[in-house]
Amino acid sequence: MSISGEAATVGVLIIPAIAAAVLAIVRSYRLGAAINVLATALTLLTASALVFVRPAPSLYLQVDDFNIFLIILNTFVAFTTSVFSASYISHELATGRLTPGYLRFYHAMYQVLMLAMNLALLANNIGLMWVAIEVATLTTVLMVGIYRTAESLEAAWKYFILGSVGIALALFGTILIYLAARPVMGQGMEAMSWTLLVAHAASFDPALLNLAFIFLLLGYGTKVGLAPLHAWLPDAHAEGPTPISAVLSGLLLNVALYVLLRFKILLTANAAALAPGLLMIGMGLISLSFAALMLYRRRDIKRMFAYSSIEHMGIITFAFGMGGPLASFAGLFHMTMHSLTKSAIFFAVGHVSQAKGTQKIADIRGLTESHPMLGWGLVLGVVAIAGMPPFGIFMSEFLIITSTFARQPLLAIPLVLGLLVGFGALVLRMQGFAFGTPSPSSGPVHASYVPLFAHLALVLVAGLYLPDALVSWFRSVAAMIG
Amino acid sequence: MHGLAFDISHLLSGSLVLISLMLLYQDRLHSLLNVFAVHAVVLGLAVGWQAHIQDAPHLYVTAAIALLFKALVIPVALHRMVRRLGIHREIETVVGIGPTMLFGIGLVALSIIVMLPVTEQADALTREDLAFALSVVLLGLLAMVTRRNAVGQVVGFMSLENGLILAAAGAKGMPLVVEISVAFSVLIALIVIGIFLFRIRERFDTVDVSVLDRFRGEQP
Repeated sequence: MSISGEAATVGVLIIPAIAAAVLAIVRSYRLGAAINVLATALTLLTASALVFVRPAPSLYLQVDDFNIFLIILNTFVAFTTSVFSASYISHELATGRLTPGYLRFYHAMYQVLMLAMNLALLANNIGLMWVAIEVATLTTVLMVGIYRTAESLEAAWKYFILGSVGIALALFGTILIYLAARPVMGQGMEAMSWTLLVAHAASFDPALLNLAFIFLLLGYGTKVGLAPLHAWLPDAHAEGPTPISAVLSGLLLNVALYVLLRFKILLTANAAALAPGLLMIGMGLISLSFAALMLYRRRDIKRMFAYSSIEHMGIITFAFGMGGPLASFAGLFHMTMHSLTKSAIFFAVGHVSQAKGTQKIADIRGLTESHPMLGWGLVLGVVAIAGMPPFGIFMSEFLIITSTFARQPLLAIPLVLGLLVGFGALVLRMQGFAFGTPSPSSGPVHASYVPLFAHLALVLVAGLYLPDALVSWFRSVAAMIG
Repeated sequence: MHGLAFDISHLLSGSLVLISLMLLYQDRLHSLLNVFAVHAVVLGLAVGWQAHIQDAPHLYVTAAIALLFKALVIPVALHRMVRRLGIHREIETVVGIGPTMLFGIGLVALSIIVMLPVTEQADALTREDLAFALSVVLLGLLAMVTRRNAVGQVVGFMSLENGLILAAAGAKGMPLVVEISVAFSVLIALIVIGIFLFRIRERFDTVDVSVLDRFRGEQP
């Protein structure tokens, strides 16, 4: 490998930055889409280099076992989504929902969002992490409102208000962490650097850490979409462009959860502080049960899968709350699988709603007959997300349930119940839109199926066989999270 | 420790809480914006005083941003926007002013109860500053929740951010990145809001958020 770790780290950040600047001035939307794909592909390549060469952690950035897999996942899904987006937006342009000017803005914002998410993942500084999440929030707010319809403005406004409040609470938590660190580590940048904080966390004031974690959980928990702070999530998913729904569900929720986990590690390092697990178990279970019940009454297909995202973030939060090698392993695995599956589903849903001209579930029927490739792709996605074997999500949910049964059998009851309820809702709705007589209003679809089936294939392979290297590496990260 | 320096910073952060409470009962947009400007001025003074007693020159920048940007530019811009768009001058509140004020006082008490015991190790100045800052944050939240009007919500959010800056300034030696980024985020947030206000106006002839509620995607 000829490039150094530092160069690769900077590359992951600078490529999206340059691309954003270029895309802001490119007029042709075809060229814009091509540059978008190219830039995400380059970012993915650069990020892969980080697997082999790793820079030493600085005060601002770091690469360790934990974030490297999320960086790869992030850049990979960003790449596939940009391919999907290229085929999606030409239809939006043709139907006049977006104008070329807005498309230029959309492409530039897409890259800014990638930059912000990569920065949040790479940051070794709790202040920098916060700034990155804030920028990611603001760019997605702008993208959600891009159609400028009444619904999308309402969604963007709600997202903006709730997101900013969450972000504000998270900043207060960040300040409290600094205050806890200051008596031990002295003033200055060192007291905000995550690796140094963890090394000294044992001697921090536990009361202050506890309070900080409550704020951080509420703040970043809003971004993760945990109930009861989830209200922005379904609207933002339903009203924005579908590539953004895919990125929101597949990546941004993960990134916010990742930041939260970093603070969980910090709290675990201090023996006297409260166990963060209990709070996370509680919020996870509430999100899971609530979202599973809400799945039944959805009329909008994107909104339904948004609720499914809340459900899965609940499961993942629950798994990390349980902690321990097995549950954390399952949590990491589930994070990866959910990200791949949910973005695949949104790819399919995007084309479906374009072909049918509606997002209403009632008006979408018989997809497997009218659009076989798309219909079966969506069916496979729903089967995977509902947690049926042989897909990867079955594996991770199975692991979570067994480890819960082994350690806290009582908690397994609401967990299994929530999973079953969610499963029922998804299967019920799937039968409606996938089978039966096709609904009359449907046009042809110019879809690129590669991203959709690539994701599904990965999820399938992961469900059948995980390479030993990956397993041992997941284990080491699980040990780190605790 | 309990010298003049402490007293003055105590006075300034205490006034900030008081002005936050005043924000709660404003029922006209223009007076709300004026009170917010005062809020920002007091914040600027408080941060400036912290810069002086902590001997931290970079905090003067934060103070200057508060004074120039938040106390001057934003209120003036919002005043003009309100006038140009012909927004209703009265602010509709969700609950009455009496209960809101009582709730606000409860929040101040809550933040003092929460903050003082956990910060026993920190020095008195940081402790009290933090308790006040949390009160301002919570009151800002309350102001956002009780307003139906988009401008009112934005003002609530900005007063919330003021509380955060007070906390950041009170945390001795906290690196510059954070303060600047907070100020910067307010700038970005305002641009966003500006765009939104215009878009909302284009579509509905109102910036009353309750009108937007009708358009929630899922009603049949």
